[in-house]
Amino acid sequence: MEILTETLIKVQPKQTRSSKPGCDKPHIEVEKLNLYIQDNHILKNISLSIPDKSITCIIGPSGCGKTTLLRTFNRLHDDNVDVRITGKLFVDCEDIYAKDAEVTHIRKKMGLLAQRPCSLPMSILDNVVYGPRLHGIRGKHKLHEIAYHQLSAVGLWDEVKDRLKSPASKLSIGQQQRLCLARGLAVEPDIILGDEATSALDPISSKTIEELFVSLKDKYTIVLVTHTLRQAKRIADYVAFMYMGELIEFGTADQVFNNPKHKLTQEYISGGFS
Amino acid sequence: MKKLEERIFKFLMIGSTALILSLLLYILYIILMKGLPSLSWEMISQIPSGGFYLGKEGGILNAIMGSLYLIFFSVLISLCISVPVVMYLNFTLRRKSKLAAIARLTFDVLFGIPSIVYGAFGFTVMIYFGLQASLFGGIIAITLLIIPVMIRSIDEVAILIPNELIEATKSLGATNYETIKVVTRQLLPGISTAVLLSIGRGIGDAATVLFTAGYTDSIPSSLLQPTASLPLAIFFQLSSPIEEVQNRAYSAALVLTIIILILSFSARYFSRRLSKNKI
Ligand SMILES: Nc1ncnc2c1ncn2[C@@H]1O[C@H](COP(=O)(O)OP(=O)(O)OP(=O)(O)O)[C@@H](O)[C@H]1O
Ligand SMILES: [Mg+2]
Repeated sequence: MEILTETLIKVQPKQTRSSKPGCDKPHIEVEKLNLYIQDNHILKNISLSIPDKSITCIIGPSGCGKTTLLRTFNRLHDDNVDVRITGKLFVDCEDIYAKDAEVTHIRKKMGLLAQRPCSLPMSILDNVVYGPRLHGIRGKHKLHEIAYHQLSAVGLWDEVKDRLKSPASKLSIGQQQRLCLARGLAVEPDIILGDEATSALDPISSKTIEELFVSLKDKYTIVLVTHTLRQAKRIADYVAFMYMGELIEFGTADQVFNNPKHKLTQEYISGGFS
Repeated sequence: MKKLEERIFKFLMIGSTALILSLLLYILYIILMKGLPSLSWEMISQIPSGGFYLGKEGGILNAIMGSLYLIFFSVLISLCISVPVVMYLNFTLRRKSKLAAIARLTFDVLFGIPSIVYGAFGFTVMIYFGLQASLFGGIIAITLLIIPVMIRSIDEVAILIPNELIEATKSLGATNYETIKVVTRQLLPGISTAVLLSIGRGIGDAATVLFTAGYTDSIPSSLLQPTASLPLAIFFQLSSPIEEVQNRAYSAALVLTIIILILSFSARYFSRRLSKNKI
């Protein structure tokens, strides 16, 4: 392991996203998206453009459809036969709900961080390199390199370098969440999706994760669902406010928080309801 | 009042545990007392000779081997069927889908069907295909008997696997098949319990094999030959009027119990080792 660490310094940082030639859309563009579960209209005519290399926070009262919206980005509704989706959702100008879109290819572009960390039932090392292995990267040395790089990126390397082979479930919750982030980053996504990724963590761990997001935003497009307005205020560049399945307001954090256009946004931000 | 209630419940719990334990010990005692004296090397290493059932020499190797063949192949076959079924119920169908609920109810009903019915059913099917009582017929009947047990006990563990785990692997770009590979490891404890239960139910059952596997004094050398089995060896010998033969029934029962114990402990041991290494 020691030798490895030294030779690893030359690992290149992730290349920044080179937008596809001829793609002039924002990184994620949602166009008139509607989502129904059975007969319930859950997401109502949502149009939204998420710019790259920034943090976009989705806020709104409980049950307004934040989680549902985030999951549409990753096509995680695919397995649910009750769900019907209309409208378009472009990632890098590719309509991910088009008939010929390939779901694993789309998911590879995004790392998902769930509310509670969910480590895979294997060692710490295997967790991080699970994605790369899936996508065909072989060779012990190469996989170790990836693990080193991604675990360092989430500040976990020093904590786990001596027990890479031990089960991931032995880590603390905060460590596991960072491991999940490293695991997501290891498939080299352009986008990070987080659904209340810090809500199960203690204040210090969640601060670490928040700082990570901020440090990652010059390489990734980050979309976070959050319950805590304060967190959104701390880290968001853009804010989307949802209410009852509709997108009420979308703008820069400064504009939404300091100068909301819509009355509902105003009320929500001033703590009128939650 | 509260205290009295607590005492009564404590008494009931201890009482029922003691009752079960003493019953178990009593059964073991009877088997040991009656079976041990006539248990000999000859008994487990030889097949019956001409006058075995009249108390002459020979052993029950035919029944031991028959039972081992029967249980080995039927557990193997039903594993090959049950694991995919559980995967399908849990990971391809959504957990709460109607079809899955109907399937689970069906398995519960099948679980409750007495083994003689499986035997009779197997027998009818065999007659239909013109087959005679054989190792093959016995294997099929026992497979039918243990599949519901197996599916339900693996399913019990599969249901506990969190959805998040499935979504976590999928969001990394895993296909359905790759997701299942990760999840299978979580199923190992369930699979070992399932194998244990099915061995217990399958190896000791006389009614299923009575018509389907038949009985013979030799060890079967092909799937289409009839085969003896321990439960039937016990049954036939116990119904003999000769005391010596009756005692041999008890030693056959002892052999059966020992086989079940050995299989149980080794299955448990291996599953523990497996899960220790991986998770
Ligand atoms: N599988 C489902 N079946 C039926 N209705 C669902 C399902 N999933 C979500 N919903 C409904 O969709 C709406 C939006 O749910 P969603 O989980 O997206 O809300 P949310 O904004 O994430 O809420 P919270 O902040 O509490 O997490 C809710 O009214 C919910 O009841
Ligand atoms: Mg939610």
